Amino acid sequence: MSNRKKPRRDFIKLSAMTLGGVGAASLLIPFISSMNPGKDTLALASTEIDLSPLEEGQSLTVIWRGKPVFIKHRTKSEIDTAKNTSLDELPDAEEDSARVQKDNWLVVLGVCTHLGCVPLGQKASDTKGDFGGWFCPCHGSHYDTSGRIRKGPAPTNLPVPPYVFLTDNRIKIG
Amino acid sequence: MSSDELQGYKKTLNSPYTGIKGWIDSRLPLIRMMEAEYLKFPVPKSLNYFWSFGGIAMFCLIGLILTGIFLGFHYKPSAEDAFDSVERIMRDVSFGWLIRYLHANLVSFFFIATFIHIFRALYFGSYKAPRELVYIFGLTMFMLMMATAFLGYTLPWGQMSYWGATVITNLFSAIPVVGDAILQLLLGDFTVGDSAVNRFYVLHWLLAFAIVGLVVFHVITLHMTGSNNPTGSEPQSWDETVSFHPYVTIKDLNAALFFFIIMAFILFYYPNILGHSDNYIKANPMITPAHIVPEWYFLPFYAILRAIPDKLGGVIAMFGSILALGLLPWLDTSKVRSCLFRPIWRYCVLLFAVNFLVLMYVGGKPADDIYVLISRIGTAYWFLFIFVLAPLVGFLETPRQPLTITNYLQSKKA
Ligand code: HEM
Ligand code: FES
Repeated sequence: MSNRKKPRRDFIKLSAMTLGGVGAASLLIPFISSMNPGKDTLALASTEIDLSPLEEGQSLTVIWRGKPVFIKHRTKSEIDTAKNTSLDELPDAEEDSARVQKDNWLVVLGVCTHLGCVPLGQKASDTKGDFGGWFCPCHGSHYDTSGRIRKGPAPTNLPVPPYVFLTDNRIKIG
Repeated sequence: MSSDELQGYKKTLNSPYTGIKGWIDSRLPLIRMMEAEYLKFPVPKSLNYFWSFGGIAMFCLIGLILTGIFLGFHYKPSAEDAFDSVERIMRDVSFGWLIRYLHANLVSFFFIATFIHIFRALYFGSYKAPRELVYIFGLTMFMLMMATAFLGYTLPWGQMSYWGATVITNLFSAIPVVGDAILQLLLGDFTVGDSAVNRFYVLHWLLAFAIVGLVVFHVITLHMTGSNNPTGSEPQSWDETVSFHPYVTIKDLNAALFFFIIMAFILFYYPNILGHSDNYIKANPMITPAHIVPEWYFLPFYAILRAIPDKLGGVIAMFGSILALGLLPWLDTSKVRSCLFRPIWRYCVLLFAVNFLVLMYVGGKPADDIYVLISRIGTAYWFLFIFVLAPLVGFLETPRQPLTITNYLQSKKA
């Protein structure tokens, strides 16, 4: 092989490697992206809920984006315990006032922030855990009357979904 | 290369056979490969029945693929239809109950065979040089098996399927910052649902066949060095070996048949004993069963997950426990392979096996204080065994001089 050919050989190697590399990398994007939720799934189906049948102390579970949402009509004492909890006692410190729009209505996602089970506490007969809110039976996470994590492996509070009060007795989630 | 050299090189590729066999073999050299690797292949004379479990696992894999294909003819991968299509297989499809129970129980027996197979590798030091890659391919298959079994278990879309899938896929949400985005990417939705069953079904097939591909690599790497044996000593001559066929083939077949008789007993008399009854309730995304447990073969790893009080830490420990086993060939400092000649390490390995069973037991219990404590001790021993005992015991212990294969067989007769 004569030396004169060397630059051409280098060129063809370099060219094949860059074109192939860039091509493969950019092809990856549409394929990976296709695995994401489709437009139909993303279309934020919002849910409207009539709160009037809920007596004080009662709870309701509704479905939003395929996930359960807990709506709790809190009693006076539940509100007070939530408000009077010192932030030092909370693993994921958050004021109760930052989690509700109206004190007597708590709206949180009913999905344990540990590994996604649905905590118990919606029905009157359910165990509500050590802090009077919810208890996740899967690995033992306790939530308080503000849906905040108090004890157990879950790292964060039950998230509050986006919602608005349409009237005093109607909310729209999403 | 001169023309003579080129001709000589091509000659080595000529088939040793004549006739039709030769015609095929000189075009597709499969016959001579099979003869060299499976008929005449020399195997140490001293193998015991622990060495049958690799073959047994392969029979299980073949059985899973066959039954899986026939299940697939009737199964429908959607949140709407999956549960009912499996019930239809059980009630209306001719022999559907048999094919499904076979598939489900073969999985359990596949894991039993694999656990014994792995124990064999640890006890007789098969993971040590020059068989490191055999061992690594084995562990890779083990991880793929777990992934395949997890995906398969979601398919019947019962309560355990659904909540098992939810809890396990949520492990990805432990990844800092991008965890939730990755989870959505994997599920194609915000929760486990229609999109998930569909792709889990595809991946269940794909991974099953990926395992078959890895078996090929497992065996190629094994046949470069040949099998280990109870002494850990390499055969010194042909006299210390037997040919694979008929000696090993008939022994393994015999072992496999006894193994499958035991499976048949479970299959026909207690087909659901290894499963969970809640999986006969259709998946309900609004209600989590009070006590969710994974399939029995995941319990030791589930116990490790729960032993660590931190979400990310638990996930790392669980995956790390298997990955760490892959380092054993380099962490074990002993020159001697087999535990028969290693007075201290032998008990470390036996304790590791007992510890595995203890973890399996506590993994199936509720996360109460006492069980969490036991699972912490068990998890600690798991990592201690790999990272501390393996290097340390190799230095500290004085092994016995390993027997040759011939002397070992004589000593056993005596
Ligand atoms: C590595 C081998 C495999 C493993 C470990 C495995 C594991 C599993 C498991 C644990 C289940 C749930 C069983 C139940 O509770 O009913 C399952 C179901 C299923 N598998 Fe597999 N499988 C394997 C190979 C295959 C193959 C190769 C196919 C198809 C070609 C297949 C098709 C199916 C189908 C259609 C179902 C759903 C029906 C049912 O629930 O019984 N599997 N598999
Ligand atoms: S999923 Fe709720 S505690 Fe683990």
